[in-house]
Amino acid sequence: MMWLLDALLAGWLLSLMSGPLGSFIVWRRMAYFGDTLAHSALLGVTLGILLDVNLNVAIVLCAVFIALILASLQRQHFIPSDTLLGLMAHTTLAAGLVTLSLVGNVRIDINGYLFGDLLAVNRDDLIMMAIGAAVVLVILSRMWKGLLAATVSEELAQVEGYPVARLRLLFMVLLAVVIAGAMKLVGVLLITAMLIIPAAAARPFSEGPKKMALLATVLSMVAVLVGLTLSYQFDTPAGPSIVLTCAFLFVLSQLGSKWFVPKAG
Amino acid sequence: MNDYLLQLRNASYAHQGRTLLSGIHLDVNAGEIITLIGPNGAGKSTLLKMALGLLPMTEGQRISRPGLRIGYMPQHMHIPDTLPLTLKDFLRLAKGFQPDQLDRVCQRLSISGLLSRPMQRLSGGELQRALLARALLSSPQLLVLDEPVQGLDVTGQSELYALIAQLKDELNCGVLMVSHDLHLVMAATDRVICLNGHICCEGHPQSVQQDPSYLQLFGKSVPAHLVPYTHHHDHTHEDGCDHTHAHDHQHDHDTHKHGDVEADSGERP
Repeated sequence: MMWLLDALLAGWLLSLMSGPLGSFIVWRRMAYFGDTLAHSALLGVTLGILLDVNLNVAIVLCAVFIALILASLQRQHFIPSDTLLGLMAHTTLAAGLVTLSLVGNVRIDINGYLFGDLLAVNRDDLIMMAIGAAVVLVILSRMWKGLLAATVSEELAQVEGYPVARLRLLFMVLLAVVIAGAMKLVGVLLITAMLIIPAAAARPFSEGPKKMALLATVLSMVAVLVGLTLSYQFDTPAGPSIVLTCAFLFVLSQLGSKWFVPKAG
Repeated sequence: MNDYLLQLRNASYAHQGRTLLSGIHLDVNAGEIITLIGPNGAGKSTLLKMALGLLPMTEGQRISRPGLRIGYMPQHMHIPDTLPLTLKDFLRLAKGFQPDQLDRVCQRLSISGLLSRPMQRLSGGELQRALLARALLSSPQLLVLDEPVQGLDVTGQSELYALIAQLKDELNCGVLMVSHDLHLVMAATDRVICLNGHICCEGHPQSVQQDPSYLQLFGKSVPAHLVPYTHHHDHTHEDGCDHTHAHDHQHDHDTHKHGDVEADSGERP
């Protein structure tokens, strides 16, 4: 039972980060960007093993590196952004899988990284995640106004004197931290779901950006609790169970918005 | 010049090998309204973005007064439906926002009653005033307005221009704005710059109207003081040319001999 409690705590710590950051992902239309960073996380893991550095640190560094490459590639105009993101996502995933197979002497559970492995959540991970969540929330609350201003209009924010480029970079770093944290819980392939589904479900009931971030966090925590319980009860994989619960909450929210929220008009 | 806010010296901008603007000299001073006019594709918005420091210029220099506070009203503002944002939320995002300013600015622009309305549900005119309010909230020394009256009817346009002139006096700020129609903006303008890839002519609105290069670009229309609003599509072709208006104009001056003007065709560059 202890592992279940650890998993629950880890999930809730993740929710604290993914609620607000996921809202920004939705507002900034960066779902595919998040997906690409998530896919690159596996490459981060293998590089971490190869170079013998802390895996969380390796994932974050790798994701930031990929984000920088993407930013520089997006300056050219011949390949559209979504193509570029798909290209990077699958290239990094393939590179991760290939390098992983080349690291012969370590036995690694690839499935665990792709779909999450709750049994692998230990106390050290919990402490790492708690620190990560604290750092992310402090930084995010300090950059909130500037990041929101840049989300509404990057040009206007820049003219007003917000450090737009630095905010964008910082946002990517925070995203990388969340992805590193989410990897053990839901796995590389499902991380984006944790970011965007609770935020999307929160939208109809939110009158302001802060409310939406808060509600997304709460919905995400509910999904973690329910998903883990179901997973324990029916012996289903935890990550997918959590994501399915998120999706269920989203459907409820869509139905609920029809009945409880007055139509905008 | 002691009062200068912003200067561009010999500024040029080229994109993918095509020169869009060249040899621009621009002085913006406090207490002065400068209006940029020119046909579509003349580089009005590009010049504005260079002045704002948003576009790196290919050549030349941008000199601004140290610590210059700019209030910017962009041409477009699309707020995605996914972002729940009331007008009040939007205004509070202004850098250096001071709550005690909010009431005053909102009353000045008559948007106090709209504060709790989602940004996505503002009408065109309301959005223009909201953007102007946001620009004012940063206590600007320089207001940069990219087509501030677009989407307004003629009455609304005159009112907004008059308001901009009043605000300039109240704040003693400089104003640099883009306009499509010289006639309406004349009363509220100290200096007009006629742009078409370079500065064709500049000066007092009346004198610019007499300038040959202005006439070449905009044609000889009915004098502004007789008719408040002239629509330029009523040109005739005395030379009997039978071209269709396919709007594939090269913006060479020579092709505009017949007084054709796309400046008010409602397209956005």
